[in-house]
Amino acid sequence: MTTKPTPRVRVPAKAAAGEMIEIKTLISHEMESGQRKDAQGATIPRKIINKFSASFNGKPVFSADWHPAISANPYQSFFFKATESGEFTFTWKDDDGSEYSAKNKISVG
Amino acid sequence: MPLRSNGLTRRSTITAGAMAAFASLLGARMAFADEKAVMAEIRKLYGDKALAEGRIRLDIPEIAENGLVVPVNIEVESPMTEADHVKAVHIFADGNPQPGIVSYSFTPACGKASAATRMRLAQTQNIVCVAEMSNGSLHMAKANVKVTIGGCGG
Repeated sequence: MTTKPTPRVRVPAKAAAGEMIEIKTLISHEMESGQRKDAQGATIPRKIINKFSASFNGKPVFSADWHPAISANPYQSFFFKATESGEFTFTWKDDDGSEYSAKNKISVG
Repeated sequence: MPLRSNGLTRRSTITAGAMAAFASLLGARMAFADEKAVMAEIRKLYGDKALAEGRIRLDIPEIAENGLVVPVNIEVESPMTEADHVKAVHIFADGNPQPGIVSYSFTPACGKASAATRMRLAQTQNIVCVAEMSNGSLHMAKANVKVTIGGCGG
């Protein structure tokens, strides 16, 4: 029952200059740890999202290296100090090489 | 109870059989990390640098009913300026099959060295959090979580 990972991101649409905002992200993914066994006793191979990164106007802001101990449908929240209007890019990197991304705009003023 | 010719009583044979079965069961179980493995991971990253206490707020539930989804929230005290900020935070567990949970990297643009995610815990264990500051100093925090139902699948 593998579904295509869908990212969901919550970023406030507007913020005052200097305001601290919290960014919440969630992506649907099984995060198969490589520890589980199937009914025949064979190990199910590992397949997780191993890296989440966030950048603002092209500049890196925050990143997280996820290990297999991260729960399925990984959630990640972090903070950002809003200083100017711009666009966030969020990227999730999968073990199989694929990348999922989301973009969110914020206006500051 | 009559002794058998090889000197084993019925009871001792049953006990030995049960122990052997138990031992093979244990052998079949996966190996877990321990405190040493966590320290080894930290040494691999930072060598023998001193780990200071304090400055880290490691917010995890005391008792986790479901080991599959345990919220973990960290915050490191720091002004988060170009000159003085938190560079990285690593979280480890000493009772999971692998010690690593997550490694964060922060920049001054974050404004606040705080992040939250959800982790899997196989059993009751300690969570260790190490923060690396921009001046190279290290801070550490530790907390215990009691896990009612392990989140290891398998």
